[in-house]
Amino acid sequence: MMQGFKILNPYIIQIITIKEKTVYTLIYTCCLGLLCLVAEILNLRKLLIPVILAGLAAIFCVNYMDWQHVGPIMIGGMDMAHMMQVDQFTVAFNGLLIGAAALLFTLSADFYKDEQHHLSDYLAILIFILTGAMVLTSFANLIMLFLGIEIVSISLYIMAGSRKFDIRSNEAGFKYFLMGSFASAILLFGITLIYGSSGSFELSKISEFAASSGMNSPMFLVGALLMVAAFLFKVAAVPFHFWSPDVYEGSPSLVTTMMATLVKVSFFAAFYRLMSGGLLGIHDYTNDILVIVAAATMIVGNLIALSQENFKRLLAYSGISHAGYMLLAILSLKSDSSSALFFYGAAYVLATIGAFAVAIPVFKATGKETIDAFDGLGRKKPFLAAMLTMSMLSLAGIPPLAGFLGKYYIFSEAIKNGYAILTVLAVLASIVGVYYYFKVILAMYTKQGDDTEIKPTLLYTIVMLVCVGLSLLLGVWPGGLMGIL
Amino acid sequence: MMTILLLFFPLIAALAVLLGGSKLAAQLALGLAVVELAITGYAVSVFQASGPEAFYIFHSWIESPKVSFHLGLDGLSLVMVLLTNFLTPIIILSAFNRNTPHAAGYFSLILLMQFALVGVFMAMDGLLYYIFWELALIPIYFIALRWGGTNRVAITLKFFIYTLAGSLLMLFGFIMLYWYNPDQSFDIRELYRIYISDGNQSWLFWMFFLAFAIKIPIVPFHTWQADTYRESPTQGTMLLSGIMLKMGTYSLIRWLLPILPMGVAKWGPLAITLCVVGIVYASIIAIKQRNLKNLLAYSSLAHVGLIAAGIFALNIQGLQGSVVQMVAHGVNVVGLFFCADIIFNRTNTNETNELGGIRNLAPQFTTMFMVIVLGSVALPLTNGFIGEFLLLYGVYEYNTWLSVFAGLTIILGAVYMLRMFKKVMLGETGVRVPVFPDLYWNEKLALGILVVVIVAMGVYPKPILDMAEPVLQTILNKTVI
Repeated sequence: MMQGFKILNPYIIQIITIKEKTVYTLIYTCCLGLLCLVAEILNLRKLLIPVILAGLAAIFCVNYMDWQHVGPIMIGGMDMAHMMQVDQFTVAFNGLLIGAAALLFTLSADFYKDEQHHLSDYLAILIFILTGAMVLTSFANLIMLFLGIEIVSISLYIMAGSRKFDIRSNEAGFKYFLMGSFASAILLFGITLIYGSSGSFELSKISEFAASSGMNSPMFLVGALLMVAAFLFKVAAVPFHFWSPDVYEGSPSLVTTMMATLVKVSFFAAFYRLMSGGLLGIHDYTNDILVIVAAATMIVGNLIALSQENFKRLLAYSGISHAGYMLLAILSLKSDSSSALFFYGAAYVLATIGAFAVAIPVFKATGKETIDAFDGLGRKKPFLAAMLTMSMLSLAGIPPLAGFLGKYYIFSEAIKNGYAILTVLAVLASIVGVYYYFKVILAMYTKQGDDTEIKPTLLYTIVMLVCVGLSLLLGVWPGGLMGIL
Repeated sequence: MMTILLLFFPLIAALAVLLGGSKLAAQLALGLAVVELAITGYAVSVFQASGPEAFYIFHSWIESPKVSFHLGLDGLSLVMVLLTNFLTPIIILSAFNRNTPHAAGYFSLILLMQFALVGVFMAMDGLLYYIFWELALIPIYFIALRWGGTNRVAITLKFFIYTLAGSLLMLFGFIMLYWYNPDQSFDIRELYRIYISDGNQSWLFWMFFLAFAIKIPIVPFHTWQADTYRESPTQGTMLLSGIMLKMGTYSLIRWLLPILPMGVAKWGPLAITLCVVGIVYASIIAIKQRNLKNLLAYSSLAHVGLIAAGIFALNIQGLQGSVVQMVAHGVNVVGLFFCADIIFNRTNTNETNELGGIRNLAPQFTTMFMVIVLGSVALPLTNGFIGEFLLLYGVYEYNTWLSVFAGLTIILGAVYMLRMFKKVMLGETGVRVPVFPDLYWNEKLALGILVVVIVAMGVYPKPILDMAEPVLQTILNKTVI
């Protein structure tokens, strides 16, 4: 044991005293995932979730240490052939993703109570999703981008279909797989065309090419268009959104939560990175398309959500409309809108996880996943109802919750970049949004429910409190996260 | 320090009441609201002694879009804060002996509402103001939703979405102002100074005007009002009509006139015409009403129409009249809705046809009700007279014909109010009025205070006029170039 320590010692010291940007965050997350699989062999299932949470806390700290250091990315003196680039954008989004993952793992402890024999597999896959998401926030090369997207997507295909004996879960997994692999192929095709015209996979070189002669190269433009289309599919923007409600509805609730929060934010981070880091030179060209897509996404997402009766489908359409708002940040590249995207992402993640933390125990107790599962919750469990109300209000963007400032921030950036009319449209769309978020609130406070006993466990309660508390805190004191990028 | 206390005390009070349990919630809420009133009284005395400088608070709050925690209490704000904090204890007192279910939540929401209202009136930073403005919507929505009448669900949702739509347009307007401001901040002092081109002012005017017009409400944006007033519980109606709609008229003076003077110059005539049309329209509808609460709702619509008309008249008489009338209308309308509630509490109906002859059974109640009705029809020596006189004078200065139509409000107001009083209180004893116990102590106290204030303000309105006058003059100088 001591011997082992002595051998490792120089490495440990090196890790503690890093002077340059690293990708240790990513490596440790991978290790944590592998540890999960090993735990299955060693029969340590009971300890698994505390160990993962502790590991995530450690990874969070390692990630945070990168914030202060500037410089090229190095691991033990090597610079990784410029595959990855860790900057403050990466660190901030990684922090958000790790935080979201920690909340999700806290939920998973009770969610998978009845499926102990698969626990370590599930958890390992969830960690690999986080790993993929971290690749997405730090890629500097289109190969890494593709790898990241595939790591996340393939893990999600498995998780969406993880309820083997549930026909809807099977449908969700299969549908997601078919549509998703199609989108991946389009992405790959786009990458190939871009490589063909610019001669490189590297983001910096592509950026140079885009700025100098991107607009004159049809091959490059088509490649960019295909990549944008693939991303629009991944973030479920109209007209590539059809998979999302079905997949959200069929997947196990925890996986839905993950898709709606962690995965969506990571795709948006990657999208932003691609557009601002690689394709900025053809900004005028891509924006013409994105304006239409953003408008359509906000309108369609909000309007179709109005008629939804299933809570998960409702949140799927709400997620589509939120994708529309976040596209405004992708459009606003003339000023640095990454802070706005980050803040919006954080607010959205907190509100959605908070909502699901209430919804999952309610679904479990009532056996329904429709909005009327919440009937009478205001009388039965005022605390749960208050928590869900706050989450819904934050999603609807009503002050003093974080969702309001997020919306404000994104709208403000969009106006600054000259998209005033689109912003008015976004404002009108979010008024429509209020209606369906209030449908849930109305169900809780005005309808008579049956006497089903709903008992959220301690861990669910903690997650609710953390999410709602942070939503309030960020809404009142946004200085902590606003404008840090 | 006192500003902070004045603002946050209701919030603390709301939490205390929520945690204190339902048994003594009403008493606790009343006690805390009286404390807040005492703090306000102290603030008034400080204001009289040393002017508004003592109240300014400025902290930077958000760095990157520059938002500051900027509060202030000049004469105009002080009048509004005083109105809010005077009416809140009365409103709480009116809920005594009514056995409200879930009382802790109910009174806590009322106090939370007070917090948001005080914040609206004191905020001197655009975004801060906006946050309080929106925050005020949430407690009143839940008050109406959980304690309201049978049709509450659809009606309150309409109310919420309608007003939120206006607010979001205002948010858009504020963001535009932010980018027009070369220093990029929401601070009111800078917003008062910035130059905005004629064309931009013209459409920005509508962004703000719509938000305020929905809240006030000005015809044709009033369709949420009568239903919401009827379906809300009495205290909710009082909060809405007594204080919340003053947010709209206050904001016209504070934000719209001085920031967008050219927009006001261009669209003001249309706005004042809408107001006057609304006065006549609402008065005529009020005459036809058979339901007491509906009648009061439409009468309120007519009165606030006149307030808004006085503001758009853009002269000092109109502005002063609007401030006095905001206070007077707040006091009167709370009294009127309380009387309606007392009648409903005894007889279970608000239909005027089923009532009558209450005078014989409850003389004390009749006297108090009479004074409040007289205040509302603007009899000289009551508070309504001062306000309406100044307002009509202001509108007359602006345009004679408009003032003729606006003046109808006094005649028509007397018609529907006195007819209502005759039907409800005088004559034969109505079918639903077999027994009518006279006022309980809490009702006597609340109505008594209101009656005293109605007469006192009517006899001696000078303190309010003096308090607001300098601010109004400055704002007027910015608006009329």
